[in-house]
Amino acid sequence: MSTLDPAAAAPARPWSIAGSPLTWAALALLLVYPFVASPFFIYQVGGYALVLGIIALSLMFLAGYGGMVSLSQMSAAGLAGYMVAILGSNSVGTGFDWPWWVVVPMAVLVGALFSTGTGLLAVRTAGIYTIMITLAIGMALFLLTQQNYAIFNGHSGFAGIAAPVVLGVDWHQPVPFYYLALFVAAACYAAVLYVARAPFGLALQAIRDNPRRMHALGFHVLAHRVAAYAFAGVIAGLGGVLLVWFNGRISPGTIGVDRMIDILVIAIVGGIRHPAGAFLGAIFFVILETFAIDIVGAERFNTMIGMLFLVVVVFSPDGLLGLWGKARRSLQRQELPNN
Amino acid sequence: MAEPVRTTLGDTGAYALELAGVGRRFGALAALSDVTMSVRAGERRAVLGSNGAGKTTLFNMITGDIALSAGSIRFFGEDITRFPTYERIRRGLRRTYQISQLFGRLSVRDSVFLACRGVSRRRFSFVRPRPDDATLEQAGRIMSAVRLEGRAEALVAELSHGEQRQLELALALAGAPRFILFDEPAAGLSPHERRELVGILTALPAHIGYIIIEHDLDIALRVAQRVTMMHNGRILKEGTPEEIESDPEVQEIYLGGGHG
Repeated sequence: MSTLDPAAAAPARPWSIAGSPLTWAALALLLVYPFVASPFFIYQVGGYALVLGIIALSLMFLAGYGGMVSLSQMSAAGLAGYMVAILGSNSVGTGFDWPWWVVVPMAVLVGALFSTGTGLLAVRTAGIYTIMITLAIGMALFLLTQQNYAIFNGHSGFAGIAAPVVLGVDWHQPVPFYYLALFVAAACYAAVLYVARAPFGLALQAIRDNPRRMHALGFHVLAHRVAAYAFAGVIAGLGGVLLVWFNGRISPGTIGVDRMIDILVIAIVGGIRHPAGAFLGAIFFVILETFAIDIVGAERFNTMIGMLFLVVVVFSPDGLLGLWGKARRSLQRQELPNN
Repeated sequence: MAEPVRTTLGDTGAYALELAGVGRRFGALAALSDVTMSVRAGERRAVLGSNGAGKTTLFNMITGDIALSAGSIRFFGEDITRFPTYERIRRGLRRTYQISQLFGRLSVRDSVFLACRGVSRRRFSFVRPRPDDATLEQAGRIMSAVRLEGRAEALVAELSHGEQRQLELALALAGAPRFILFDEPAAGLSPHERRELVGILTALPAHIGYIIIEHDLDIALRVAQRVTMMHNGRILKEGTPEEIESDPEVQEIYLGGGHG
């Protein structure tokens, strides 16, 4: 899996690990981006899109490879973010003040455990029922954080959370944060691509296509699905840590139902069949969210993103990636007579 | 089961499969009643019967897709009546499906690879196999056995019907099976593909026993050593292919009286 067109890429060189020229070009572009962009674009657009992309990637892994659309990946990320605030330091003064190298693994672990627990409850369901049960789980966490003051500080949540200063670098500054987010995003992206072609990922895709047959090949389908939720939870947890460092604060609003649906919109608009779709969708979403205010006003943002969502889904069920694939195939068809 | 069973090799007298009083009701409908049959290790058995005789239901109960209402099932002496499907598979049981149950968006190689890995402890591995991986080599041998080696990288959804039937066989042959249930493997195949199928079935290692459900009598009687005749969810007759073919009651029910 090396190009952006999953349908064309899958059968070509199934065991290759190296990226395609397009992947390397995209990475080069992302690496030089801070040299040409303003701090606002580096942080508010670039950094934010990478963070949302990581959380959407967690959903993409479950939905694209596993056929399980989980709305609660934002909740797993948010819970990890809460752990950063609670175990580290915050302006409320209730933090444990543990060092970042303890806080981050713990936060990711809690996010992964939450996702695994969601999986345990959700893997017996399919389709719309998976969406409903994960929506319910996400809402339960949202209401818990809103009403519990002892741990989650209720409605107001936590503020004053900052990325640590490590190796003399303040990772809260736009350029360092951007590169940190880019590094984590690239690592998660590569991990998802790698696992997709490893036995675990192949089995997950086979379960998506035909769970009954996988039973008849000796696979414990439900255990495999739960393990997929755990893996997706690690990715969501990493995204959640970055999200709380990005915002500097976290409150129930961070994991509300509208935020849960945002992640779904990002993954679907970008294209659910390839990990690149999560990031493409996130860039699209963040640019719209940032500039729609100037064009249609803040109140109309949801109308606009909703309409664009409809347009993409109607014209390209595989999202923006699907459009890219279509364009490339039609170009190839035009070139054929000349050869 | 008084008469000796013709097996080519490895007949130690052990039973691969023992069904005792197996029954299944769907509400008021008795799909299967009191099915008792034993198949020796390495034996090749055909199950015949008209539509609705309960043949596929029998397979679903042996693999654990459907729970039993009554009776018990032993596999190589072990009571597997309450085992989940994957536990039965890991003990060497395999099956194919009347309507191909495949993975449309995976390649042929990946499908066979997974079938080989399904019974190994490394089915959860997050590490990609190396090109010289033993499971990959095993998958290559199985693809050759079912004559799919030229289509290894093709997506399953792009295969012809005949090729999908071959892949059905490949998935059942993967991972050292001891006993296979073939559910109408010849369904929809051309005469040429049917000849190939017979070649594949007769070339199976002698220690692999099977039960085959097949409406094509020419195939069923050629690849089986014994035949079990089912009717309305019960076992009607059991015998050699010659005995079954010449039995007047069987001819009346299954062959419409005037066959052959």
